[in-house]
Amino acid sequence: MLRWLIGGGREPQGLAEKSSVQTIGEEQIQNPYTELLVLKGHQDIVRFLVQIDDCRFASAGDDGIIFLWNAQTGEKLFELHGHTQKITAIAPFSSSDASEEKSNLILTASADKTVIVWDCTTDRQVQKVSCFHSTVKCLTVLQRLDVWLSGGSDLCVWNRKLDLLCKTSHLTDAGISTLVELPKNCVAAAVGKELIIFRLIASSDKSEGWNILEVKRLVDHHDNILSLVSVNDLTFVTGSHVGELIVWDAIDWTMQASECNFWDSSVHPDSQTEIKLSQSPNETSVQHLTCDEECVFAAVGKGIYVYNLQMKRVIACQRTAHDSSVLHIEKLPNRQLISCSEDGSVRIWELREKQQVPAEPVPTGFFNMWGFGRANKQANQAAKKTQENTTMHFLELVGDLIGHSSAVQMFLYFGELGLVTCSADHLIILWKDGERESRLRSLTLFQKLAQNGDLQLKF
Amino acid sequence: MIGAPDVVALARQEEEAADGGGDGAWREPPLPEEYSVPLAPLGGHGANPWWRAGGRKFLRDFILVAEFSEQVGPQPLLTVPGDAKVPGSFDLNYFSLRIMSVDYQASFVGHPPGCAYPKLNFVEDSKVVLGDSKEGAFAYVHHLTLYDLEARGFVRPFCMAYISADEHKIMQQFQELSAEFSKASECLKTGNRKAFASELEKKLRDLEYTRSVLHNETEIQKKANDKGYYTTQAIEKANELASVEKSIIEHQDLLKQIRSYPYRKLKDSEFHPYEPECAPEQGSDRDLAAPELAEEGEAIPCSHLPSYTPKLIKAKSAKCFDKKLKTLEELCDIYFFTQTLDQLHQIERTFRGDVCYLLTNQISRALLKQQSITNFLFEDASFLDEKNPEKQYRGCQELGQDAVDGKCPEESPAPKVVISLGSYKSSVECVPIKMEQDIDDPPEAAMTESVTFEPQENLDYLDADLKGSISSGESIEVLGTEKSASGLPKSESQASLPISPSPQVGRSKVGSRRTVSEDSIEVLSTCPSEALIPEDFKASYPSAINEEPYADEEGGGLRFAPRFSPAEEREDGPDPANPPRVDSACCIGKESPRFLEPLPGLAHKLCDEDGVVRIPPQPSRQAEQGPEGVPGGLLPHELEPRSPTGGGEPSRSSLDECSDSTSYISSAASTCSDRTPSPARPPCPASERHKKKAGQNALRFIRQYPFAHPAIYSLLSGRTLVVLGEDEAMVRKLVTALSIFVPSCGAHAKPVKHWGTAPLHVVDFQKWKLIGLQRTASPAGVNVLHALSRYSRYVSILDADSKTLRCPLYKGALVARLADHRTQIKRGSTYYMHVQSLLTQLCSKAFLFAFCHHLHLPVAEREPEEALASRRLNFLKHHLGLANEDLKIVQYLAELLKLQYIQEPGRGGNPLLRFDYVPSFLYKI
Repeated sequence: MLRWLIGGGREPQGLAEKSSVQTIGEEQIQNPYTELLVLKGHQDIVRFLVQIDDCRFASAGDDGIIFLWNAQTGEKLFELHGHTQKITAIAPFSSSDASEEKSNLILTASADKTVIVWDCTTDRQVQKVSCFHSTVKCLTVLQRLDVWLSGGSDLCVWNRKLDLLCKTSHLTDAGISTLVELPKNCVAAAVGKELIIFRLIASSDKSEGWNILEVKRLVDHHDNILSLVSVNDLTFVTGSHVGELIVWDAIDWTMQASECNFWDSSVHPDSQTEIKLSQSPNETSVQHLTCDEECVFAAVGKGIYVYNLQMKRVIACQRTAHDSSVLHIEKLPNRQLISCSEDGSVRIWELREKQQVPAEPVPTGFFNMWGFGRANKQANQAAKKTQENTTMHFLELVGDLIGHSSAVQMFLYFGELGLVTCSADHLIILWKDGERESRLRSLTLFQKLAQNGDLQLKF
Repeated sequence: MIGAPDVVALARQEEEAADGGGDGAWREPPLPEEYSVPLAPLGGHGANPWWRAGGRKFLRDFILVAEFSEQVGPQPLLTVPGDAKVPGSFDLNYFSLRIMSVDYQASFVGHPPGCAYPKLNFVEDSKVVLGDSKEGAFAYVHHLTLYDLEARGFVRPFCMAYISADEHKIMQQFQELSAEFSKASECLKTGNRKAFASELEKKLRDLEYTRSVLHNETEIQKKANDKGYYTTQAIEKANELASVEKSIIEHQDLLKQIRSYPYRKLKDSEFHPYEPECAPEQGSDRDLAAPELAEEGEAIPCSHLPSYTPKLIKAKSAKCFDKKLKTLEELCDIYFFTQTLDQLHQIERTFRGDVCYLLTNQISRALLKQQSITNFLFEDASFLDEKNPEKQYRGCQELGQDAVDGKCPEESPAPKVVISLGSYKSSVECVPIKMEQDIDDPPEAAMTESVTFEPQENLDYLDADLKGSISSGESIEVLGTEKSASGLPKSESQASLPISPSPQVGRSKVGSRRTVSEDSIEVLSTCPSEALIPEDFKASYPSAINEEPYADEEGGGLRFAPRFSPAEEREDGPDPANPPRVDSACCIGKESPRFLEPLPGLAHKLCDEDGVVRIPPQPSRQAEQGPEGVPGGLLPHELEPRSPTGGGEPSRSSLDECSDSTSYISSAASTCSDRTPSPARPPCPASERHKKKAGQNALRFIRQYPFAHPAIYSLLSGRTLVVLGEDEAMVRKLVTALSIFVPSCGAHAKPVKHWGTAPLHVVDFQKWKLIGLQRTASPAGVNVLHALSRYSRYVSILDADSKTLRCPLYKGALVARLADHRTQIKRGSTYYMHVQSLLTQLCSKAFLFAFCHHLHLPVAEREPEEALASRRLNFLKHHLGLANEDLKIVQYLAELLKLQYIQEPGRGGNPLLRFDYVPSFLYKI
């Protein structure tokens, strides 16, 4: 394509013929997203998307503004101004009590060392907390206890009224990077290489008082823990910068299994050295984890790995699922997996049972030609071999979404309403099923016709 | 004397009138004037009858503004365009005399019997059509009266005339001309009322001052002589004082009258001369609109006339000839005067060109207006812009009616054109009768009258009066006594025309040249105007102001025929039980007017005018009140370049266009449309030219590029087409060519970007459907290509340099018809029309698809979505006869229609990008 565009002769000789990345042609039958809506508003990188209810979501990023959008129409509902610096964490806080009327709050933390609670039904700022000593990097809501936690250089526990219930002592300067709720009123906090388990204990004197207590420190990771996910009441999983994946018991916090060499777990030692040379640690870091009942899906470097908890091994992988780091992955109910990456694309994968798999399930199409200036023939061979050697499952690319011109930071799956992606190009794109939208528009049309009374004949 | 060509013309018309009696109301539009035999005997221009100006002395149509000066008689004031070449050797003075001699306005001002004070009549303008076969000129003449305190009877009769060599044009465009000139006239009159009011205020202050001075003098005199009797001097003073006091009362009364002119009327009308931009006028406007303030006399004028110091005046103003009469500009305030000039220029431009052309244009516009849902797709944005103001206007005017009849007026315009032609014929019929109306009615007219006049005995006296006042002979008599002069040197008048419209000329009384007038003036048609209503009838109104209904033809008779009013009171307010008015309008289209006599409402309407002459032609009036649709007919961007002196500007542009098209003349002189220099109805005169150019380029494109079909398919199915090339001119040319196939996504401009250099973004594909893109070898250029290859799934790429195209496959049949490379069409504009007609067909298919209920909603309960989908497919394939990729075109257009329809009026709506995951192919020559 590019070659065609540039025209013969002008093309650099060293242009790569093929890239290792699995590609899909322009014909994507299974890709439902045939309509897109670009939502403009942010003035800087959009990093966070959070779902508020069935049809609304909030977006936040480095410009410190939070936008509320309608996921169906793409309409901008509110623009929340209050932070002076970039947003570092965002969490929805919907009321737990059935008695109370449904109030949707969102919590946002910013680099200006404040946390603001917003009311989503109005564009009102409910309250602002600015007594932090450091930037709050993560926010977690414990719905069961109706409290929320903020993690920075220390861990604070707050109730709905924004009273500080208790806090830990100063942990590190780097602060807590992620938090996850565990059973028995425990939380796991990733602080650098360490994983600290805290427990909330109801204080004896006051009715609504909580005390927080450090229970255990787990130091099995060799590098910073980047991702932390709770699989079920019994297990949670952590991933580190050097590509360690550890499965923990959620009750007694013991290590159940670990997978540390994603890049050489496959059995083909011949190509391994070459790959090792070409891969920096950055390309093996576990960027994001997600899970369903049986599997943990890990975004490791440019690849996606499926780790089966029962079998305790990687059952399927796509070593180079994207052209650069995968930033976010999510498992959909229909065996599909969506990943987004720094290369600006979003890809839809399907986890399939392996029958007689051909080496390349999808013919190389058009896009492989524009892997520009990257010499990775070897990686391509590796990818092929990986596929041949995976035993039971494989990930098949069923579609890709090209729209952003820069890294896609995150996405939000809205089921029928579509998919929302946010990116470093300041844009949010709402991807929709064109067929469905067309039907909906027809319905609206006839409703409007009936309203206007245009359905009656006028003669 | 009626010359032989005139007889021929009349005979032809009569013949047609005779055999066209049935429903064959449709007549061939007249031949373009280039091909018709000149009406007047050939002048001194040589024996070549085809010479353009052979029959007439002027270059093309123009507008003449003339005045019946009380000092010098009829005199031309200015022409539009002001270019002296346009009227050429045409005798403006002579023609002014003609047109001023048929003023039916009969504006009577003064002391009506039984009334103590002079009354101002807010008379309706009169509109007549007259022809002068000697000059080979036909004119629509619009008479109006302006007020001038110093003039006799306070009135100054003026008229504006649209002069054309083509009689048909005047007749067929009568309604449009009338509407447009009414706007201009309204503008003048509004300004005049204002100026008149302030003049009155000044005069009043003068009088007050004079009174106080006189009063003081009288007092002093009284004190001075304490004898028992008054000196003659004292008596004189007292008399003078009394007359001043009387004068004050009169003037106050006049001021009250002029101020209480109902401004609400003005708001309703389509013309809004007041624009917020001029603050001083607003001030006085407010002042005018507050009559109660006026009572207080001196206090107010100080607010906005601070510089005015009252002076002593004589009680009896001397109406002498040595006084300089006010110029038109002074009479109506410079702002309004320029507004009017703009409007006149607008009129001139609107009606420029051949009548066939104007008519075709009107018809197609009327038809397009009906397609209110689909027309945004492929029509000019400029055309669609006009829709809104017009709707507003209609909304104001027929508030209630709209609710009742909804879309009906919108649906009738096309048939209306047919009536107009029919009615034109009937209005021509009465040409012979205009002098001896009572005796010599042709049988048809007589019949009409017998049928229609029967039910209104109470109008008999009125009728008689109408006839009395109508004969043009009488008005010529009036002229005869006037001994008017026309010694106006042409060059002078034209040089000074637009700026100072009333050049002062010597008052030498030269014998007028009206010896030929009786013969050569043929009053063809006139509108019943208020002036036809007997004066005493008006005077009996209790109110001081004889404000007439601000209405057109129907409005005139309405007050005196209350029995019929429900069927006619369009302007007078909502009448819920009133569908017949519109119904009749609908019916007219189907039958000739002759068959409509049984309908009481319409019959009355006809007969009302039969008293004078027949109904004037009304082509497609209903649908396009105000062809330009913009209040005042003045588009903001048009106001810009034309100052009052800029009369030459439009004509120059037209010449330019002329020269542009001359290149085609040699190749095919058969089509006249191309050569017509008129960009008729041009909100932007360039659009016509653009169409031609685009058509020509498109024609070239489809002949040159074998892969034109898939490229056009891309555009029609909403896939952005990028034209990539190094040479900007070439890319632009291709983009222009292809732009005619781009459906618009809303009522804005077409989503076409002619030239860009920056890398494309996903937002661009959302916004633009056709993009010209620069290809460079620089690093920036590489970025552009990178972006292009990245987003290649959303675009088709036409490489103008290597002549390749990368886009999805097309196997349908639609585009083949649209862009047949073996087409016999040679001319750009013809091809443009061809494309336009096919696209309109396509639009109707899309409309059907989008608006067929059963295709989108389940018929039975719980009908599965699959059944619906298959029904849709079936409909597209079998009912609309579409195959393969053609389905996608119609689906895309239907989607656009839906989006447009459901879009909230206030918001622009988010533009969507719809796309398909389909493979692309590379086409090469």
